[in-house]
Amino acid sequence: MLQDNDKILEDATNSEYKWGFSSPIDQEFATKGLNEEVIRFISGRKDEPAWMLEWRLSAFEAWKKMKQPKWQNVTFPEIDFQEIIYYAATRKKPTINSLDELDPEIRKTYDKLGIPIKEQEMLAGVAVDYVMDSESVFTTFKSQLAEKGVIFCSISEAIKDHPELIKKYLGSVVPVRDNYYAALNAAVFSDGSFVYIPKGVRCPMELSTYFRINAENTGQFERTLIIAEEGSYVSYLEGCTAPKRDEHQLHAAVVELITLDDAEIKYSTVQNWYPGDKNGKGGIYNFVTKRGLCHGKRSKISWTQVETGSAITWKYPSCVLKGDNSIGEFYSVAVTNNFQQADTGTKMIHIGKNTRSRIVSKGISAGSSQNSYRGQVKIHKTAENAYNYSQCDSMLMTDHSGAHTFPYIDVKNSTAKVEHEATTSKIGEDMLFYCNQRGLSDEEAVNIIVNGFCKEVFKELPMEFAVEAQKLLQISLENSVG
Amino acid sequence: MISIKNLHAGIEEKEILKGFSLDIKAGEIHAIMGPNGTGKSTLASTLAGRNTYEVTAGEVQFNGKDLLDMEADERAREGLFLAFQYPVEIPGVSTTNFMRAAIAEKRKHHGLPPMEAKEFLALMREKMALVEIDKQFMSRSLNEGFSGGEKKRNEIFQMAMLNPLLSILDETDSGLDIDALRIVANGVNKLRTKDNAFLIITHYQRLLEYIVPDFVHVMYEGRIVKSGGKELALELEEKGYDWIKEENIVQ
Repeated sequence: MLQDNDKILEDATNSEYKWGFSSPIDQEFATKGLNEEVIRFISGRKDEPAWMLEWRLSAFEAWKKMKQPKWQNVTFPEIDFQEIIYYAATRKKPTINSLDELDPEIRKTYDKLGIPIKEQEMLAGVAVDYVMDSESVFTTFKSQLAEKGVIFCSISEAIKDHPELIKKYLGSVVPVRDNYYAALNAAVFSDGSFVYIPKGVRCPMELSTYFRINAENTGQFERTLIIAEEGSYVSYLEGCTAPKRDEHQLHAAVVELITLDDAEIKYSTVQNWYPGDKNGKGGIYNFVTKRGLCHGKRSKISWTQVETGSAITWKYPSCVLKGDNSIGEFYSVAVTNNFQQADTGTKMIHIGKNTRSRIVSKGISAGSSQNSYRGQVKIHKTAENAYNYSQCDSMLMTDHSGAHTFPYIDVKNSTAKVEHEATTSKIGEDMLFYCNQRGLSDEEAVNIIVNGFCKEVFKELPMEFAVEAQKLLQISLENSVG
Repeated sequence: MISIKNLHAGIEEKEILKGFSLDIKAGEIHAIMGPNGTGKSTLASTLAGRNTYEVTAGEVQFNGKDLLDMEADERAREGLFLAFQYPVEIPGVSTTNFMRAAIAEKRKHHGLPPMEAKEFLALMREKMALVEIDKQFMSRSLNEGFSGGEKKRNEIFQMAMLNPLLSILDETDSGLDIDALRIVANGVNKLRTKDNAFLIITHYQRLLEYIVPDFVHVMYEGRIVKSGGKELALELEEKGYDWIKEENIVQ
């Protein structure tokens, strides 16, 4: 741990966005803009069955009739959807059976990102799906997982190989018409991860997807679907980075989780899309719909997110607690610096009896950034004895940054119990001086104070991810006290 | 060890230290006493480098270096320690992790590699015993929910861990019951060597029954107005501070 700390300090001294390179990979693109032809091209390029194309086209029809939402506490110029490229993939897409057959440029890209594929596979025992731009590049550990009946593959493969599961569950948690960006995603999604854990199986390793945007002017629209059958368990991790570019790039993903009776899904995200430069130029628009359905009794879905990247983060990983005695959890750290904007939080929808939910949100605002927590707790009439606990803490690093909390509570059953606590604090001169007096520089003091502030969330992350999250936080907040 | 000459400092426009001078040599214990509002805590904060205080004149040499030229964190790494009158709570940060970071920084400053985990834990155990702190405090958030006495003991514990050259104790005795006072004093006495020094700021003579100072100074209106041996503390206890004030008005 001591060495880790030293490494963190070293890293912190060069606080530039380190993942901002792009790789010279031979790629194939869809023509710019969005129309039926582009959707047919994507579907055709992926060899999809006719029903899938139909699904996409109906989503596109729905999307055309929808309007961009305006209620969020973030501002950005109107997005021109005809200026985006909706599909970019490596030209060579042979079937890869072993790591040695992977395009060396892609390997190099992941090595540069500090996640050497081979090493990660060997050391961490984490199965990883690598998605670059629109395509899943490689999935590790497939065969070992298959022995247990676990399916972990790209969603494109799942559409071909497991159509019955896709037909049953795709769009069942986030319907095509759910919202503007979900409809857009349904029309043009290109790849993403698919996970299926059979009845009674505890997935023997962490599953992970690493998303990378590489190409210019492209949007990334991935779609993730995780199904946990009765009594099963899986822990899933998601990481992401993108090159530095002056233009904004759109990332509009959809993630759907389903747990049946007694099943549990733990979903962790470390989001580090390019946040734009110090003046607010460039950066990713991260407009994502993530929702989990606790369909079964006593099932549980837990979201943990550490959001340090993106010019704008706008997402609410949610839980629909349908099964009696089911549990939803949301743990979040959102850091904004410079001109970043974040409007993030969760929705806990209580439908079943004795359902419980817990929300712990930590927002840190530095520079001129704006950080909003927006959360909804909805207790339906049917949700006897439902319980929610929400805690929203904000920390301001500067006088010109902002923290906002928008809790919405809607209770239709009088047996429900809902607790909400919120605090806002400015990082104190007295705290900093106390740390200084023990020999810690301002940077280290901020690091230790912020990590303490976020501890409840970090302890929910798997070990390697927690270390990475701490590093990211430190780098994001370099020179941020003011 | 430290030589303070004609120090003037204050907060915003208000001058609080008005020509403070004092020399402390290695192996010595100095006590500073004086009525409320004479600048005792300002002296402690100014020496430790708190930004809210502005030095307007004077010089301070610490272990051969210009103290006023260093930021607070560098002063600490050079061996200056301040036991706070009101220790700060840091939620989510354990005393163990806090100390690990502080020691690593100090060692780095002096060109040493990080301490081995085993060595660090042994040091923790030794110093916990010294101030009679239970180990459960080490994993709790720093000072959060600690009683007044526990916070002060934790300050002495940190002092023991960091092994400073000069320790400034800013009214460490205030709010302590007799047992806690004894523990704190005991800690200081055991840490005392011929190579380090202590500056004890206090309001009462009580602490000085347990920590016997080599010199006692009376501070009034931002500077030292009277110095003597340990018997001066007793005299102050007996006569109060009024005669000091009167003497200084006459002058």
